[in-house]
Parts: sequence; C-alpha cells; structure tokens
Amino acid sequence: MDFAPSSSNAALLGDGPAGAPAYLPPTDPILMKLMVTGPFGVGKTTFVRTLSEIPTLHTEETMTAAGAPVDDVSRTPGKTATTVAVDFGRLTLADGDFVLYLFGTPGQRRFLPLWEDLARGALGALVLVDTRRLADAFDAMDLIEEAGLPYTVAVNRFPDTPPIALDAVRAALDLDPATPLVELDARVREGCVDALIALTQHVLDRLPQESAP
Amino acid sequence: MTTPPRRRLVPAYLATHGRTAAAGTRPLDRLSVLHAAADLPAGLGGEHRQLWELVRPGALTLAEAAAHLRLPVSATVFIAADLAERGALSVRAPIPSAQPVNRDLAERLLSGLRALK
Ligand SMILES: Nc1nc2c(ncn2[C@@H]2O[C@H](COP(=O)(O)OP(=O)(O)O)[C@@H](O)[C@H]2O)c(=O)[nH]1
Ligand SMILES: [Mg+2]
Repeated sequence: MDFAPSSSNAALLGDGPAGAPAYLPPTDPILMKLMVTGPFGVGKTTFVRTLSEIPTLHTEETMTAAGAPVDDVSRTPGKTATTVAVDFGRLTLADGDFVLYLFGTPGQRRFLPLWEDLARGALGALVLVDTRRLADAFDAMDLIEEAGLPYTVAVNRFPDTPPIALDAVRAALDLDPATPLVELDARVREGCVDALIALTQHVLDRLPQESAP
Repeated sequence: MTTPPRRRLVPAYLATHGRTAAAGTRPLDRLSVLHAAADLPAGLGGEHRQLWELVRPGALTLAEAAAHLRLPVSATVFIAADLAERGALSVRAPIPSAQPVNRDLAERLLSGLRALK
C-alpha cells in the first residue's frame, strides 16, 4: 500500500511550495463529490486528510438562525448565524480523468438547509459512526435520506472501542439490507479507499440501466 | 440517457438570491472550475484581483479558491460571476459535457478507485 499519490498524479499536480495552491491537472477532469458526515469527533476530518492528495482545505459556511444559508453575514447584521465548518480534500484518479472531492461536514439535523446546499450534485455520502454512541449517527442518516443521496456506513474503530459485530451495528442502526456497512480506521488509507469503493459500487447499483440508444 | 434523482441544475443560492449568471456563462457551483481567461479589466481590484491572480497559473474549483482566499463561498460566487461577466474568468461545469452522472461515469470512477489499491 502506497501512501503517497501515484507517480502519475504527482507529475500532473507538480510540486508547488507548501501553501501554494495545488492546481487541477490540465486534463479537463470530470469532477465528482462525495460527502463524509457523522457526529462531532467521529473522524471526518481525519478521513478526508488520510485520503486527500492536497493539504485539506477548510471553509466556514454560515447559516442564519432561521436556518437559511446566507450570502454574507455582514449584510444581515444582528441576525445570529451558525457557522458550519467544511473540510475538503481531493483525489485525482484514472491518470487525471477524474478528480474526486471529499466534503467533510458535520451531520447535525439543524444544519439541514446548508447540508442540502453543500450536498447538491454529490454522488453519495459516507456516514462515519462510533459504536460507543451509535445513536449519534441518526441525525446524519436523516440528513442524507432527506437529501436523497445513496450512502454507506463506516464504523471508525478507536483503541478503546469494545468489540461489536457488524451485524449488531446494522441492527442497531436499522440499516436497509442493501446499505453497505464497512469498518475502518480513519487514519489508515487502505480501509478508507475500501469504504469509497463500497460507496461508489452502491451508487452504481442504484443508477438506472441505460436504455439502448 | 436517464436523469439522476433529485439533481438540480441551478444551485439553490443562485435561484433564491437572484444572482443569475450572464448569458453564455454557467451557473456557479462549489465545484465550478475557474481559470483566468484574459487580463483583469481596469478598475477591478481588491478581492476581484485576488481571485483572478489566484487562478491565473492554473484552474481551481470555486470552493478551493474560497478556501485559499479565506472568503465565504457565497462571496466568492459573486466575485467570480463579476469576473466571468467581464470575460476575465472562464468557468466550466464540474462535468465538462454537462451530462448527468450515469453508469458509465460511475463505473469509470469505481475502476479509478480500485487502481489506488
Ligand atoms: N484511534 C483513532 N483515533 C481517531 C480515528 N479517527 C479520528 N481519530 C481521532 O479522533 C479525534 C477526532 O477526529 P476528527 O477527524 O477531528 O473528527 P471530526 O470531528 O469528525 O472531524 C482526533 O483526535 C483524531 O485524531 C481512528 O480511526 N482511530
Ligand atoms: Mg472535523
């Protein structure tokens, strides 16, 4: 398992100085987006950092108390605004044919309007869960279902996580039998890649067969 | 060709806040690809100049540009739309052919991911 980007990716991306923007490869790639969500502290930022070929980027998205995304807080002085942190990273695939963006966002239900805006156009979502507090994942699962995205659930194992069978997790989360459930350590690349493969396979399974031309 | 479920063509912030892209330019999304196209028009400075200079050496998505400039995504949408209207910025959609995500694309993405292993 190689932790560095493949040599072809490195060549396409160049070796800019630290902090300089990593420009897109000049291959006119198709860009796709996957959401990475779940409760606070479950490992979303870690997951995105593990997979991203660029230093992860961060935006703060603002939402008014009423829940609507706002254009600019400065234009609505006096309104309380909630800030939602978004971490995102990027992965170049297939020699520059694709660039996959991973958007790590908290999965609290009150972020719904902003979450739907962030998720628009996403192929699917990965929900990270901590088996010591499984119920904390329900909000994220609700958000994703409301946004109409296919998803996969990944158990992020921590050192003090008591052993629990995936079947028990599936039952506790009341997952649809077709929803993939995987296990990973968000710090280890291989399992993170496997989770994206499981999610993408699930996305593919749900896309309609193309009718003959 | 089939349409994917619930995929809107116009981002909600454009639909709800009334900022429409000029004729011939694309609606702006977090994954719109921005690249400087021509000289910076006279009279544009500040954040317009910063965005234009950022994407002069190469292309970045709108979300990445916002993060580098430490600007809100919504503000970056406005600035990018201004620059695009004046021809100083080229904007392309995340999927160049503007086709929806279909099985062919998902299969190619899957094999790209498998090749990482
Ligand atoms: N042992 C272990 N620690 C992890 C793992 N994933 C995340 N962490 C740690 O858990 C904490 C929260 O992770 P973070 O990625 O910031 O969570 P987020 O709030 O979901 O973005 C950090 O201190 C991480 O280093 C994991 O798989 N194993
Ligand atoms: Mg985080």
